Amino acid sequence: MKTIYLDNNATSAVAPEVIEAMMPFLHDQWGNPSSMHAFGGEVKKHIDRARSQVAELIHADPSEIIFTSCGTESDNMAIRGAAEALGPRYNIITTRVEHPAVLGPCRYLGERGHRLHEIGVDSAGQLDVVQLGEALRDGPAVVSVMWANNETGVIFPIPEIAAMVKAAGGVMHTDAVQAVGKMPIDVRKIPVDMLSLSGHKIHAPKGIGVLYVRKGTRLQPFMLGGHQEDSRRAGTENVPYIVGLGRAAELAGASIGREMTVIAALRDRLEAGFLATCPDSRVNGDRVNRLPNTLNISFEYIEGESILYMMSDVGIAASSGSACTSGSLEPSHVLRAMGVPFTAVHGSVRFSLSRFTTAEEIEYTLKSLPPIIAKLRAISPFVKKT
Amino acid sequence: MWDYTGKVMDHFRNPRNVGVIEKPDGVGEVGSLACGDALRLMFKLGADGRIADVKFQTFGCASAIASSSALTEMIKGMTVEEAGKVTNQDIAEFLGGLPEQKMHCSVMGREALEAAIENYRSGSTEKKILAGKVVCNCFGVTAEEIERVVRENGLSTLEQVTNYTKAGGGCGKCKPDIETILEKARVERLEAEHKAGAKTAPKKLTVIEKIRLIEQTIEREIRPLLKRDGGDIELIDVDGNRVKVALRGMCAGCQVAHFTLKDVVEVKLREFVSSELTVEEVRE
Repeated sequence: MKTIYLDNNATSAVAPEVIEAMMPFLHDQWGNPSSMHAFGGEVKKHIDRARSQVAELIHADPSEIIFTSCGTESDNMAIRGAAEALGPRYNIITTRVEHPAVLGPCRYLGERGHRLHEIGVDSAGQLDVVQLGEALRDGPAVVSVMWANNETGVIFPIPEIAAMVKAAGGVMHTDAVQAVGKMPIDVRKIPVDMLSLSGHKIHAPKGIGVLYVRKGTRLQPFMLGGHQEDSRRAGTENVPYIVGLGRAAELAGASIGREMTVIAALRDRLEAGFLATCPDSRVNGDRVNRLPNTLNISFEYIEGESILYMMSDVGIAASSGSACTSGSLEPSHVLRAMGVPFTAVHGSVRFSLSRFTTAEEIEYTLKSLPPIIAKLRAISPFVKKT
Repeated sequence: MWDYTGKVMDHFRNPRNVGVIEKPDGVGEVGSLACGDALRLMFKLGADGRIADVKFQTFGCASAIASSSALTEMIKGMTVEEAGKVTNQDIAEFLGGLPEQKMHCSVMGREALEAAIENYRSGSTEKKILAGKVVCNCFGVTAEEIERVVRENGLSTLEQVTNYTKAGGGCGKCKPDIETILEKARVERLEAEHKAGAKTAPKKLTVIEKIRLIEQTIEREIRPLLKRDGGDIELIDVDGNRVKVALRGMCAGCQVAHFTLKDVVEVKLREFVSSELTVEEVRE
C-alpha cells in the first residue's frame, strides 16, 4: 500500500533533485573544505554556492547564513547565544505556542535568573500583541516568536512584531522552520535579527539546518573549537547535506508560487470536504493568516491516536494533538493555549501537504475518513444519540 | 508508533461487545473528556447468576479501546464475585501486554468494572468512588487508588505510577505526595518480606546470604536515612558477627556519628539481618 503522506510539517520527502545533488559528495568529493589542497578546496566552492542558494531564498547576504545540524540547534544557538552575549538578567520573551525547541531554551534561561515572559494567544491562535508590548516595556529583551505555527499553521504578523521589538531595543529571533518555503520571506524588509530554518521541512534530509544572523548581531557561539562558519559554529562542515539543503532551498524558492495556489487549493478542498461530511468537526486556528499547506481539524468526542491508527490502516499518514500522541498525558499545548475545549483537543488531527501531494490523494483521504470517524463515534460514550 | 501486540490491534480494529444494554444490572463509568479517555461498562446477569451480556463504550486511544473490549470478553460468563477479582494485570496479560506508558488503560478497565459491580450491589451511581484524599487534581486520582495500584502491580517509581494511574502526569505538583506513598509502600513491602522470611526461613544464614542481606539492608534501609542528612555509608568487611563500615560524606567526622552507628546502622541490621550483629566503624 502506497502511503498518502499528509504529515509534511513533521518531516518531508527528500526531493530526487536534492539526492542527486548530494551524491557526488558522498562518492567522490569527500574532501575537507578547510584543507590546503585542491581536492578539499574544490569542495569549499560548493558550500559557498549552497550558502548563496539558502541566502537567496530569504533574501539575506550569504555571510549571514550559518549552517547547523537542525532547526533545534538553530533555535538553541540563537536564544542562548544572544542571552549570553548580552549578559545576565535580561528579559526573555516568547509565546505559549512555540515549538519545544524554543520553549526549552527559554525556560532554561528563565530558571537561571533571566526574567521569562510567555505571551498568550487568542482563540484563533493569534498573538496578544498588547501583552507583547507590555513585556517589551519591562526592559531590554531577547525575543523569540515563531513565524508560523507547526500545529495550526497560523502565521504571526512578524513584520509588525519585529518592528515593535526593534523599537524597544530588543533582539528579535524567529523560528521560521515551518514558514520557509511555504511563503515569501524577505529579511531585507523585515527587521528580524535571527531566523531558524530546517532542511527536512523543505525536502532536504534530516540533520541540516540554518541560523540566519543579521550582520552586527551579538551572538556567543556555543560550538567552540574550530574556525568553520566564521568561528560562529565550529565543526567540520556536513558537506553533502549542506549541498543538499542549498539545492532544496533553490527548489523551494521556485515552488513558492505553486505552494500558495495549488497546494492551498488542495488544502481548502480537504477542509471543505471534511466540514461537509463529518458532523461535529471544527477547524482550529486562524483560517486567513495560515500556511497554505496546513489544516488542523478537530473531530469531537473521539480521540486522536485512534483516528491516526485507523487512518494508518488505510495508508494515510497525519498527526494529532491528543494526549496519547504527545508523548505525555497532556494534550497539545498550542491548542490548550488557544482555549480549544477538551472535547476537541483530544480529537484534533493535523494534515500538512507538500508539493508532492496530489488531487487523487486528497480525494482518497476525503473518502476514507468519514467511515473512520463514524466507527469511532459509534464506540464513544459521549456522542449524543439521536 | 506504540509497540502494540497483535491482540491489542485486533481488539482495537474489531472491538467486541460495543454498545449499550437496555435495563442493565450494573453500570460503571470512569474517566472524562478532559482526561483524554473514558469508559462506560454495563452488564446483565443471566438466570444462573453469571454475567450473560456485557457492553462497553470507550472514548480513548487504541489501547483504551482494546482494553475495554478485552475486559468484556474476559468477564462474560463469570459470576459477579469472580469478575470482582479481575485485576488490571489480568487485562494487560489477556492482550499479551501493554506498553508501560499505556498501563493506565488497563487500570481504567478494572475501575469501570468495579464501579459497575458497586452499582449492581448498592445501586450507587457515582461515576467513580472517590474514597480518600485526592492526590492528583489534574486527573482526579486519590491516595487510596494510587496505593492500591502500587501494591497490586509492585510499582516502585514515580514514572510507573504516572504510567499506571496518570497521577503526576499533569502539572506535577503532586509528585512529592506520590513519592511519600511510594516510600510507605516500600516500607510495608519490606516488612511483609521480613515477616514472611522470619516465618519460613530458619535463623541460620550462610555467610554469603548474610553478607547479601547486610548489603540489601544498608542499601534499602540505612543509606536513604543517612543521605537525608548528606551522609553516606560503605560496607568494608564482615567478620563473623562483626560488621565493619565506614561513614562518608557529612557523617564522616560528625560529632554524633557514634550514635548514628549504634542507633541507626546497628539497630537496622539487627532488625533485618540478625540480632547478634555488632557494628564497628573503620577509620582510614
